[in-house]
Amino acid sequence: MNSFTYARASGITQAVVERSAKTDAAFIAGGTNLLDLMKENVARPTHLIDINHLPLTTITSIESGGLRLGALVTNADTAYHQQVTQRYPLLSQAILAGASAQLRNMATDGGNLMQRTRCYYFYDTATPCNKREPGSGCSAITGFNRIHAILGTYAQDQQVYCIATHPSDMCVALAALEAVVRVTGPDGDRTIPLAEFHRLPGDTPHLDNVLQDGELITAIDLPADGFPDHYAYLKLRDRSSYAFALVSVAAALDIQDGQIKDARIALGGVAHRPWRRPDLEATLTEKAPNKTVFQYVADAMLEGAQGFGHNTFKIELAKRAIVRALLQATNRPSAV
Amino acid sequence: MNLTLGTLLPTNESPSLPAIQTATRQPVTLTVNGVKTELQLAPWTSLLDALREYMHLTGTKKGCDHGQCGACTVLVNNKRINACLTLAIMQEDTQITTIEGLSSLDQTSSSSKLHPLQRAFIDHDAFQCGYCTPGQICSAVGLLNEGHAKTADDVRELMSGNICRCGAYPGIVAAITSVMDSQPTTV
Ligand SMILES: Cc1cc2nc3c(=O)[nH]c(=O)nc-3n(C[C@H](O)[C@H](O)[C@H](O)COP(=O)(O)OP(=O)(O)OC[C@H]3O[C@@H](n4cnc5c(N)ncnc54)[C@H](O)[C@@H]3O)c2cc1C
Ligand code: SF4
Ligand code: FES
Ligand code: FES
Repeated sequence: MNSFTYARASGITQAVVERSAKTDAAFIAGGTNLLDLMKENVARPTHLIDINHLPLTTITSIESGGLRLGALVTNADTAYHQQVTQRYPLLSQAILAGASAQLRNMATDGGNLMQRTRCYYFYDTATPCNKREPGSGCSAITGFNRIHAILGTYAQDQQVYCIATHPSDMCVALAALEAVVRVTGPDGDRTIPLAEFHRLPGDTPHLDNVLQDGELITAIDLPADGFPDHYAYLKLRDRSSYAFALVSVAAALDIQDGQIKDARIALGGVAHRPWRRPDLEATLTEKAPNKTVFQYVADAMLEGAQGFGHNTFKIELAKRAIVRALLQATNRPSAV
Repeated sequence: MNLTLGTLLPTNESPSLPAIQTATRQPVTLTVNGVKTELQLAPWTSLLDALREYMHLTGTKKGCDHGQCGACTVLVNNKRINACLTLAIMQEDTQITTIEGLSSLDQTSSSSKLHPLQRAFIDHDAFQCGYCTPGQICSAVGLLNEGHAKTADDVRELMSGNICRCGAYPGIVAAITSVMDSQPTTV
């Protein structure tokens, strides 16, 4: 780890000002991703701003009928919060499918959005990596790429610069629920729909998301409808706990009188951001939920997917996972 | 890795520490097992290194140093965390409990009385080499505090953050469920 100075932020504005003043500064929340990357010399901030004392630690109801998750609420406190377990069980389940109990006690909701890829080459400073060192090349395309992306990898020039995935489970559920990220920065406050928060790699894979330098995430807003009756988070991985997803599916259905009124399907482990296709979800409306329609959507969602050798199995795996998750969501007995 | 005695045993006054580290050290006050101690630490000292190298509380173990094994599990404000992924300087206002702080003094015999989970780990043969054990036990204390585990399967899932290289898992689960069942109010 490189040397750095440390300061505790006492207010939101002060934190933003301090962060903007130094290009090499970083916010630290739970520390579970940043310190890991600093130990590997992948992240080398020269100044850490500890934001844990900022008043962003509560979960509150908002006017829209939804719920606001403070950026510094821990993943554990979010997953076990009564409003979340009752109204947004999909989110609760996705969070609890990730990391370990210890890590979830440390990890914050804001930090979870900002966590970086687990691509082995990104972590290994001895190898080329366009995300870590723009222009150096991508070691994964021709290397070990079992955990890598199969969708959205091509840049506009039809080249591939990075096949990293975003590793979060929580964000897959947030994408399905159409959460909104609230941020504040040197230029004021703004909101970013979760679907637009993370980017595709294109030819600038060093940028994970659209947060601007100096901006601070203050909260994540959940819309009023949390799909509490028909939902499933299916996570497939190399061991049954404490492992990142190879493929995950957040499925949420609104079923009335035997017909689908609204469907959400978000995929994790397959792309640089949680993957959704609202156009294909829409083909499920007014249909009776059954394996045939689910299989059609699953096949269509993976159309154009490309494997890079070790990860090619993910294409078929993702299709099967989508069908299974949608069937699980359909058959889940209504919450009482 | 080049390990000199100086890097293995840095004390507050260790003359063998590199000059840059000594120069940037600053006072950090930690409250560990109820005792407040002021240390001189560089900001990049993890809580794990502070406990082991500067306070000589070596019960807490370093396995991976990357949040992947749970050997470093301690309790911060009664919640289990990985001491390797937090900085000591971030924990100044918290109550830290390590494996050394779990036993209590038995007034009648004036000897130390093991925590029920420590006792259960012995009774259920829940370790072999013992390296993961302090982390397992601290994690189990956190698990019982949280109160979300109801079954042995829940215990297995919610203890997955603690890897045991010796594979003592059956004993570990048995030890934890035995304490869980004997303390119905905490579960
Ligand atoms: C062994 C291991 C296994 C894991 N397994 C999983 C898993 O299966 N699924 C999963 O989803 N995750 C997993 N994780 C990742 C974990 O969820 C993230 O590390 C965690 O969510 C990051 O949150 P944090 O608060 O610790 O972030 P930090 O490490 O503190 O920060 C991460 C980044 O976010 C920035 N940041 C933090 N808060 C803010 C804010 N409010 N505004 C702007 N920027 C901010 C920091 O500057 C930093 O760049 C695992 C981690 C480990 C170590
Ligand atoms: S996939 Fe992305 S993160 Fe991994 S080596 Fe290639 S450029 Fe780097
Ligand atoms: S040493 Fe902290 S988790 Fe392994
Ligand atoms: S007892 Fe040896 S690692 Fe668990």
